[in-house]
Amino acid sequence: MARQGAIVLRYAGLLALAAFTTFPLLWLVSIALRTTGSVFGFPPQILPWPPSLANFATVWSTMPLPRFFLNTVFLAGAGVALNLVLCSLAAYPLARMEFPGRKLVFALLLSTLMLPGHIGLIVNFVTLLRLRLYDTYAGVVLPGAVSVFGIFLLRQAFLTVPQELEDAARIDGASEWTIWWRVMLPVITPALAALALFEFVAVWNSFLWPLIVLNSPEKYPLGVGLLYLSGLFAHNTRAVAAGAVMMTVPIIVVFLFTQRFFMRGLTAGAIR
Amino acid sequence: MEARRIAGPFGVSRRQWHATIVAYLFLLPALALLGVFTFYPVAFGTALSLFNYDVISPPRFVGLEHFRALWGDRYFWIAFGNSVKFLLVVPVLQVLSIGLAAAVNRPVRGIRWFRAAYYLPVVTSIVVVGLMWRWLLEQDGVLNFLLMKAGLLHRPIAWLGNPDLALYAVMFVTLWKGLGYYMVIYLAGLQGVPPEFEEAAITDGASRWQVFRWVTLPLLRPSILLASTISAIAALKVFEEVYVMTGGGPMFRTYTMFFYIFDKGFQQLDLGYAAALAVVLAAAVMLLSAVNFRIFRQGGWTYY
Repeated sequence: MARQGAIVLRYAGLLALAAFTTFPLLWLVSIALRTTGSVFGFPPQILPWPPSLANFATVWSTMPLPRFFLNTVFLAGAGVALNLVLCSLAAYPLARMEFPGRKLVFALLLSTLMLPGHIGLIVNFVTLLRLRLYDTYAGVVLPGAVSVFGIFLLRQAFLTVPQELEDAARIDGASEWTIWWRVMLPVITPALAALALFEFVAVWNSFLWPLIVLNSPEKYPLGVGLLYLSGLFAHNTRAVAAGAVMMTVPIIVVFLFTQRFFMRGLTAGAIR
Repeated sequence: MEARRIAGPFGVSRRQWHATIVAYLFLLPALALLGVFTFYPVAFGTALSLFNYDVISPPRFVGLEHFRALWGDRYFWIAFGNSVKFLLVVPVLQVLSIGLAAAVNRPVRGIRWFRAAYYLPVVTSIVVVGLMWRWLLEQDGVLNFLLMKAGLLHRPIAWLGNPDLALYAVMFVTLWKGLGYYMVIYLAGLQGVPPEFEEAAITDGASRWQVFRWVTLPLLRPSILLASTISAIAALKVFEEVYVMTGGGPMFRTYTMFFYIFDKGFQQLDLGYAAALAVVLAAAVMLLSAVNFRIFRQGGWTYY
């Protein structure tokens, strides 16, 4: 009996914590689903009754939300693709080849984890102005096109590929390029998927850098766009909430289907 | 094959030269981009703090002028003070996320879903988080209603509008969003603790709290070092939640170092001064990381 009581108590505690972390998100959904009833004021109407999707229709047709979605999908696609290609190229020789300067390159990459990145922000802004990339997608994507975290993550994966696979290909006369593409990449797909996932979430949620680089609202990704809309439509909290829900749902769906990557990969790539 | 062994320059075989060139060809695109957007900016940015620069006219050398100006700059001290105050979030965040990690480090049914629920704020966009909490924290918002219902509050408070509370309200949101992230770090740490250690202590008659305090926690030190360093750096550099929730107000009470850098650099295009601010922030970050390393590497606090 006491045992059962402890179990009930434990679940009650876990549920209370879950309420704390998810309540704001549920409240957001509740605001987005209502067409009547107050968002502010006491007592608040907790359940949206009758629920309606009208706000979603409003935000989709009268605000430039579809445009923001498209921009974000494009930026995320470009960011993920560039990172997969560039990181897997760079990680390969670091894991499987001996060459002079390897240790130096490795140390150089490690040092970026300690470098004060915020100083770089200012100079990158100047660089982009000079290259005439201010207010362009290239300007948003390029500085983040190679993640050092990604290089380390993939290097770790390349290290685990059995030597026999490589030797077999070499005896067949395969070039390094062929080995990388035909032998190595297929084996490390799980690591590539993890990197793609992290990058996707990072770009989807990115805010500061697009805010600095982009000037024209029609180029905004979702985060910057949503904040811009919340200023323009300050009187229509419900519509802005609907936009926020639409921005968050894809990420949550992706996360729920792939949570083991997040729970594991986060620390796998950390260098200690 | 033997023919290719002919020595090339520096007495290295031609084949080795070939291999080296191929290796660097693989590295080239990544290194080039990192060079332009990561290494060069840090060096040039540090140098920029000694110049006046507004993008339009060429940079003009001013030496340490910016740093001297900083010393007498009221807004610098306000921003610096607020960023340092924000560090308060670090110990609270560590204690709570260690507790959370311990709570979910049990193989009970459905624990995966609880972990996921605690991690949701981490994958939610900071803009969504900021807007959502801005509404919740309104004077006539839900949070005040719930607190009053529970008898914890007599009259509603405008959390983000109150000069004395705004910074703490933002810190609370940072805490809410960060818990899951640090939980995962500590969970990995806890799962690295060999169960025999804890079992041995229990057989010796230690209470659960004693086991946690004297066995688990000391073994968790590397995780604490990692997590508290990450979190302290993030706290000193806090910007996004402030930008979305308060815009630095009310009365500059949530105006942080990064906010000042943002204003000077990207709004007023006073890039030299912004670089000087960034250098000071970098120095603060490094100092703090060094202190953190000393405490948790040498284990000062476990042997007091």
